[in-house]
Amino acid sequence: MSAASKAGHDDHGHGHADGASHGTFKDYMTGFVLSVILTAIPFILVMGNVIGNDRITGIVIMVFAVAQIVVHMIYFLHMNTKSEGGWTILALIFTLTLVIITLAGSLWVMYHLNTNMMPQHMHMG
Amino acid sequence: MFSNPDLQKLLFGRLTLDAVPLHEPILLVTFAMVGLGGVAVLGALTYFRLWGPLWRDWFTSVDHKKIGIMYIVLALVMLLRGFADALMMRAQQAMAFGPNEGYLPPHHYDQIFTAHGVIMIFFVAMPLVTGLMNFVVPLQIGARDVAFPFLNNFSFWMTVSGAVTVMASLFVGEFARTGWLAYPPLSGPAMSPGVGVDYYIWALQIAGIGTLLSGINLIATIVKMRAPGMTMMKMPVFTWTALCTNILIVAAFPILTAVLALLSLDRYVGTHFFSNDLGGNPMMYVNLVWIWGHPEVYILILPAFGVFSEIVSTFSSKRLFGYASMVYATVVITILSYLVWLHHFFTMGSGASVNSFFGITTMIISIPTGAKIFNWLFTMYKGRIRFEVPMLWTVGFMVTFVIGGMTGVLLAVPPADFVLHNSLFLIAHFHNVIIGGVLFGMLAGITYWFPKAFGFKLDEFWGKVSFWFWLTGFWFAFMPLYVLGLMGVTRRVQHFDDPSLQIWFVIAAFGALLILCGIAAFAVTLVVSVLRRDQLRDTTGDPWGGRTLEWATSSPPPDYNFAFTPVIHDHDAWWDMKKRGYARPLQGFKPIHMPKNTAAGLILGVLSIVFAFAMIWYIWWLAAVSFAAIAIVSIGHTFNYNRDFYIPADEVVRTEAQRTSLLAERV
Repeated sequence: MSAASKAGHDDHGHGHADGASHGTFKDYMTGFVLSVILTAIPFILVMGNVIGNDRITGIVIMVFAVAQIVVHMIYFLHMNTKSEGGWTILALIFTLTLVIITLAGSLWVMYHLNTNMMPQHMHMG
Repeated sequence: MFSNPDLQKLLFGRLTLDAVPLHEPILLVTFAMVGLGGVAVLGALTYFRLWGPLWRDWFTSVDHKKIGIMYIVLALVMLLRGFADALMMRAQQAMAFGPNEGYLPPHHYDQIFTAHGVIMIFFVAMPLVTGLMNFVVPLQIGARDVAFPFLNNFSFWMTVSGAVTVMASLFVGEFARTGWLAYPPLSGPAMSPGVGVDYYIWALQIAGIGTLLSGINLIATIVKMRAPGMTMMKMPVFTWTALCTNILIVAAFPILTAVLALLSLDRYVGTHFFSNDLGGNPMMYVNLVWIWGHPEVYILILPAFGVFSEIVSTFSSKRLFGYASMVYATVVITILSYLVWLHHFFTMGSGASVNSFFGITTMIISIPTGAKIFNWLFTMYKGRIRFEVPMLWTVGFMVTFVIGGMTGVLLAVPPADFVLHNSLFLIAHFHNVIIGGVLFGMLAGITYWFPKAFGFKLDEFWGKVSFWFWLTGFWFAFMPLYVLGLMGVTRRVQHFDDPSLQIWFVIAAFGALLILCGIAAFAVTLVVSVLRRDQLRDTTGDPWGGRTLEWATSSPPPDYNFAFTPVIHDHDAWWDMKKRGYARPLQGFKPIHMPKNTAAGLILGVLSIVFAFAMIWYIWWLAAVSFAAIAIVSIGHTFNYNRDFYIPADEVVRTEAQRTSLLAERV
């Protein structure tokens, strides 16, 4: 039993049997079209100054960015509640929790720090 | 050197001959000793013809056991450097009173306390933890290696490269004078224009890549490669803590990477993320660095908790009390460790609402930790306890760590923290939990798993000597700092005026000398054990009456760990197998598929050192060349398809037959 003859079949690794989905051509096309649309809209909003209010435009773009992330996760990373026996969704929930803690916590902490410690910068905070 | 300054600047950046600190007598002595020691080691390697075996069997190895051992060797070497720094600080503070200026000028003293912190956390504690997890986890879950063996080797060499970069700062240029977290604006370009902070940044960035990748590797290993039957709630507690630690690593280290990248942008291209003007805010650095920094301390302590759990149940010959509560406590600590970071800067001024939130979360996190202490105590209760060296470390830990935990809860009270912030009380607290927790845990783990790694136990007498010196040394060195801290003495001070404080520093210095004896005794333990290895030999593979799977295989384990993948029915799998009269299979061996060694990790590590050095000294052409080389080698390695082989069945048969005869001799 030579090493070369047996090496072939093992090259595929071990992960595939566990049900990580690989996506179809249709999935990839849907994802691609959606992400193009979700990219184009913010460009139009900024270049055409459609809304007319910078703050609202910024918020709308953020919403499109989050939608873009979700599209990538579903169509390109093939994430669903069942892939890898639920580990993927568990990891996603954990990541989201930490990201929210980090962002919300930092905003909360820095808002108070700015208010208390940088009075001359109040107009910026 | 060159008549044309432009040419010199192009070739060498800001590196000149003056960067080698030949004018400092302390450093000259260090150079001489490092030089002599280095020549002696290299000479010995050549004389005993060890270069070949070292290269083939260790440096290029992708075997998780060897990489784990190399991590621990790295940590022990760096411990000597970090401890030398500690001794110098204790000596300086014991003598620098009134007219006596001590022997360390401030700019040197500042480098020493920074280097001490950076080295002890990143290049002693982290490699100890990673090394132990690397060695033990695959064995405990019945796997043949980690999920990504080459990545493991690469991670190790990145950690070494970071360590080498820190060490290089001793000989070329200087190290940061900012404290171990390099807060701006002190670490910004205006206040620290030299190379010190750049050494700090690049050493941590390179080592951080290694840490992050090894975290991913071990998570994948634990999630995907457990032996059949080992459900999550049947995993050994050490594997559970390793899983949680690696999850923390993967979630927390990117924050450190990002914040250091922003600091480098401030230093290299003149951005203003953390400056005091143009919209920058140094408080943001402190906030972000502690969002990484607090999980980091749990990254270090959780595996130590795992080690103690294994040792307590083994040496009490009892199942661990409250396995499920132990697991839940670990998971709760994992989550809560992300909710407490602000307690590191209560005094920065976020106000009552923010401070009280973080004060309360900090007190809550001591509950699961307390639950663990009670679980260990109840495991020992009515157990048949054997006070061998690993158990001594464990009991020493429980006594010491509880005190450290209680001073931690004191510091968690924001009004108390306003008195104690940045005082020596804080220094005493975190050394209390890091030495008493992490270091005792790692030394216990090394003693416990040493026979598994090398096939013979560590000498018991010298192990006990080392333990008692460490324990008493710790109490002598840090209890005076609690007293001084309560009196209001702050950290990082190079000279004192009040002579009444001196006696406490002298006691602390005496404690440091006791710890020195403890380290020396540990070195003696290693030497004596190697000399007496035939008497200390472990032929059974199970020298302590162990309970988990790693004791099911031989000591040291064969390259493939387990000839057959074990099937698990209960937690404490090996105990369960022994109880049910498990018989080792003696035939039916098949060829075993294994990964091949590769030098790519080491090459990438060396190139990273060159890249870091070039970036630190502004040698742009060299930075570009080495970065391109890193990219080429990385991509080139992906085309290396010749990366696996089979251990032939008759070799497996031979290895297993050898074990059979060893086991038969004993009976």
